[in-house]
Amino acid sequence: MKKTAIRKRLARRSGPARFAPSQVASTADLADLQRAMWRVVSRPLTGDSRMQRRWSDGRPTSAVAAQIAKPNDRLTSFERLEIYNRMYWFRVLDSLYDDCPGLRAVLGDKKFIRLAEAYLVRYPSASYTLRNLPSRLAKFIREQPRYTKPHTALCRDLARFEWARVEVFDTASQPIFTAADLLGLPATRQGKLRLALQPYLQLLRLEYPVDDFVLAVKQREAELLRGDASNAPTELRRRQERKTKLPARERTHVAVHRLDGKIYFKRLDPAAYRILVALRAGRTLEQALAVGIPRAKKSRQDWAARVQGWFRTWMELRWLCRRE
Amino acid sequence: MPANPFNGYTDYGIGIGLRIPHYDHILSRKPTVDWFEIISENFMVDGGRPLEVLDRILAQYRVVQHGVALYFGAADGPNKEHLRRLKALTQRTKTPWLSDHLCWGSVDGSYSHDLLPMPYTKAAAKKTAANIRMVRDYLEIPIAVENVSSYTEFHVSEMTEWEFLTEVVERADCGILLDVNNIYVSAQNHGFNPYDYIDQVPHHRVAQMHIAGHTKFEKYILDTHDHPVLDPVWKLYAHATKLCGVTATLLEWDDKIPSFEEVHDEALKAHAYIAQARAANIPVPKGRARPLGAPRT
Repeated sequence: MKKTAIRKRLARRSGPARFAPSQVASTADLADLQRAMWRVVSRPLTGDSRMQRRWSDGRPTSAVAAQIAKPNDRLTSFERLEIYNRMYWFRVLDSLYDDCPGLRAVLGDKKFIRLAEAYLVRYPSASYTLRNLPSRLAKFIREQPRYTKPHTALCRDLARFEWARVEVFDTASQPIFTAADLLGLPATRQGKLRLALQPYLQLLRLEYPVDDFVLAVKQREAELLRGDASNAPTELRRRQERKTKLPARERTHVAVHRLDGKIYFKRLDPAAYRILVALRAGRTLEQALAVGIPRAKKSRQDWAARVQGWFRTWMELRWLCRRE
Repeated sequence: MPANPFNGYTDYGIGIGLRIPHYDHILSRKPTVDWFEIISENFMVDGGRPLEVLDRILAQYRVVQHGVALYFGAADGPNKEHLRRLKALTQRTKTPWLSDHLCWGSVDGSYSHDLLPMPYTKAAAKKTAANIRMVRDYLEIPIAVENVSSYTEFHVSEMTEWEFLTEVVERADCGILLDVNNIYVSAQNHGFNPYDYIDQVPHHRVAQMHIAGHTKFEKYILDTHDHPVLDPVWKLYAHATKLCGVTATLLEWDDKIPSFEEVHDEALKAHAYIAQARAANIPVPKGRARPLGAPRT
């Protein structure tokens, strides 16, 4: 007898497969129960934030819940699991909502929640910390442009930029490179110097100037909060609630960095960006400058002054460190 | 108990949770506080402001680590990267003991970021205890497991929650972080007597206690940590202190967080109940020599 036929016969004999185990007598049973509950807990809510009444195979969700949870004198099995289902979605959506003010401003709350929900179904949290929740959002936006149309490229830039802000906040720092380190090197070897960049420094090449946009959005949110507190007149509130103007496409290079515990954004000249990226890749100072500076556009002297200025700023901002 | 193997033989008094809205106040005014409890996962990072603040706190105060994502009850077992980062943090804080919850929250690499309840069975207790032992052996510090508040019960459960907790801690030979608010919340949600729970856990294993506020809804109570401690919870705390002895106690206040002074004053109310327990002069509880699986009397 063929395998499929055996399977069909067994299925007929034992009835429909159980959704959750009827006992937990082993670690395998425990895993099955936890998997079953996770499927219920992580299933998207309805539009009015309730647990879905129908399971994916068409049966009532109450029948699925009844295999897992005991009812009591006040709540059905469905209602008891619904508490966890709602808490899960409220927690993860709140976390993404806080982390993505720019993305929210472009999409509006309704479309943002739709994107966030689809993202978390495709990429549920794979980390012990909610900090990492937006780590794959830019990837998802690229894979599923329908949630962000017609602003997909802008939304992708925003997801990258907002994730960079998370990363820069608590990534490690290294001892900084100082003028004394440079003076300690013979002049003939200075060109061969390999500098590292602070691990927390994020370098972004973007299609849109999302740094200015996010600042405007945050400023607008702060104004709205002040409006709430001061009971501002209705017309003023209405004006404030208008959306921040979306940025026009413009190639932008930005460094997201931190200083004294605070996060800052700094626009970079494209040549400065290329030099920093080359340094991060382990190129020598000489090689990085060769990669970064366009040939024969301006005089060498003009470039020398600009590059010296960049390096002075980067050292002041503590971006450069010794390569171990 | 004031000092026992499960809290590193310490006697820490009354602490509060270290929370972001209070950072400036604590760092600038340096108020007198017995100890701070930190959420481990908030500081398991490589740098930046979280660690800068933590180092300044460590220079002034005693800190105990409390986790929310070790998931001792997960069938998958502990995550190795999580443990590596957690160990690095314990070496930084020198926490005398480490606590986390008697729950699960991840499966097949996906995380719920919730404290999901356990099915109360022998097999689940055995797996949970094995996970706790593995964590303790790796971290090389005492572990205390905290009872969670829950909103559902499983058909497959074979015992009460306090029997399950006892089964786990005795198999793992670890401590208990007795959260009296969670006992109250679960008792209301599942219809058991919270005093039965407190009476029947192994008191000599209680390393620490938690107190907190909760929110009542029409059909259930939610453990929200956004209110002062309610009277029935203080009564339970007094009862637990009489049975377990004066134990390191921490007030949890995690949402709608008021001023530092308000949170600290609320925590210090525990002194009144501790004084009652001291006046009662109750002998230190001793360990029971009950073999695993033996019926309880």
